[in-house]
Amino acid sequence: MGKRRTNAGLAVVAALVALPFVPLFLWAFAGEWRFPDLLPSEWSLRGIVYLVEPGGRVLGATLTSLLIAGATAIASVAVGLPAGMALGRYEFRLKGLVIFFILLPILVPPLASTMGIHLTFIRLGLADSAFGVFLVHLVPTVPYTAIILTSVFAKRTGELEEAARTLGASAWRAFLYVTLPQVAPGVAVAALFGFLISWSQYVLTLLIGGGNVVTLPMLLFSAASGNDPVITSGLALVFVLPAIAALLLALRYLNSGDERELLGVGKPS
Amino acid sequence: MTPTREPAVSARLRLEDLSHRYLRTGEPALSGLSLAVEPGELIAFLGPSGCGKTTALKVIAGLLRPTSGDVLVNGRSVLGVPPEKRGAAMVFQKPLLFPHMSVEANVGFGLRMRNVSRDQTGRRVETTLRQVRMEGFADRRPDELSGGQQQRVALARALITEPRVLLLDEPLSALDANLREEMRGLVKEVQREGGYTTVFVTHDQEEAVVLADRIALLFEGRLQMYDKPQAFYDRPASRRVAEFFGATNFIRGRARNGAVETPLGHLKLARKAPPGDVILTIRPEAVRLEDGENSFPAHVTGVAYLGTRVACSLDAAGVKLRVAMPPHARPREGEEVTARLPAGSLWVLEESP
Repeated sequence: MGKRRTNAGLAVVAALVALPFVPLFLWAFAGEWRFPDLLPSEWSLRGIVYLVEPGGRVLGATLTSLLIAGATAIASVAVGLPAGMALGRYEFRLKGLVIFFILLPILVPPLASTMGIHLTFIRLGLADSAFGVFLVHLVPTVPYTAIILTSVFAKRTGELEEAARTLGASAWRAFLYVTLPQVAPGVAVAALFGFLISWSQYVLTLLIGGGNVVTLPMLLFSAASGNDPVITSGLALVFVLPAIAALLLALRYLNSGDERELLGVGKPS
Repeated sequence: MTPTREPAVSARLRLEDLSHRYLRTGEPALSGLSLAVEPGELIAFLGPSGCGKTTALKVIAGLLRPTSGDVLVNGRSVLGVPPEKRGAAMVFQKPLLFPHMSVEANVGFGLRMRNVSRDQTGRRVETTLRQVRMEGFADRRPDELSGGQQQRVALARALITEPRVLLLDEPLSALDANLREEMRGLVKEVQREGGYTTVFVTHDQEEAVVLADRIALLFEGRLQMYDKPQAFYDRPASRRVAEFFGATNFIRGRARNGAVETPLGHLKLARKAPPGDVILTIRPEAVRLEDGENSFPAHVTGVAYLGTRVACSLDAAGVKLRVAMPPHARPREGEEVTARLPAGSLWVLEESP
């Protein structure tokens, strides 16, 4: 009974999530679709061909987006992990101030700081390069990963590590064998956040990449400001894929237990 | 069972003038703690919560760095030695088993960190699990075990590393009463068998008395008394120590010529007291209702039958005394009696300002 009700609830949620994608799907395969018609009067593969044609811009842009977002996810976790560990685990003086500074990049509009960063990057020769874009994507992602990982490093992981130390594990091995497996799901969530934030950057990419670094959002924006709903819908579908993959992954964790597990805090003892 | 360990494994532990301040508040958690633990001895750090006993244990384990003072194992300072190389395994109040590992992997963890071969680890895990009577649980996950079982595994996990110093931080306080008593026996048994030098932290006076060879009583980070359990009853170092161990009879007086002038009259002592203001104390069990040396008239103000004994309150010249008597003795409330304080049972406390 309860199970059936849960399933019905899930179906409603799934429908609500999926419904807005229906017109996108229809548009992506439409050839001719005029006003009062409920469905396109003609179908076409023009949108799909545009997406996958060899030598086209979409494949290249997708690859660039994947590379930059992947690198951003890894780097922002690498930077956010020690910060989150320190904040989650230790009490120290001026902790509030440290948190404030970590959050500053998302409190200040990124556009404002990026203007200055742009000038510096030009001087350093990093402007107009994918590496420069990757670096500037860290500005909005690191605060998020650091804050997510702060909550992941609950007090309990510190105690487990202390236990491991007295049993003969060096600081590094205690982290590797005891803490890391505990926080792995939380690290995955933080990485996912980093990936998605980078994946959907437009303004920062445009400013620092200067049009030389073409990511998927660049194509999507120009298509959307043009007048071709078929191409726009096709791009939008590709653009939303990582978010759907992320949602499915998250659902797997959520299904296996409660949301605590997703954040790696573990069950309360 | 396992043969008794060579005494070389367990170590002599010395704390020298150990002090620790909390980083945030600057308040002292430990002030000038000095004591020695002999090889194979089990001592208890006893005191109310916040008295610094856990801090002391973490300093010994190397998890905290003392503000000043030294920790010596077999005469050598270990302050510069990281926790993993101190050979001081610790069991905590919570079992803190690694939740992503099986019982077997948890117990074998210390050997894995020491790069012991799989074969040998497997054999020793088996032996150690048998020692704590958890054989047959090797494949379980920690969350499938009860609290008591988890704490046994935690104990096994520490024992398998053959610690030079075994540190137990209130390992029984989270268990219910029956289980606690059983675990107490187990701890004592494995400690004796292995001959581990052991420091046991507890706030439970009874637990300390039952388990420890010697008790170190701490209040506010200061060592109050370090002696055999019996001494805390017979020869408490101060009124606070006496009160912590349940003493209630305190008689003010002035020592002169070896005897003490009190509201109850001239009380003789077994040993001479230094002249001046003193407080006398006596255990409720030692007070007699009979005539003789150090006797005086008293008024029975209350009688309570407690099954194994009778607790009786007396009032003598304004001094309130508690007496514990065997259950067949039945003084009546309001009765006038003669009470006696045997000289050998009176203990002189210095009057604290």
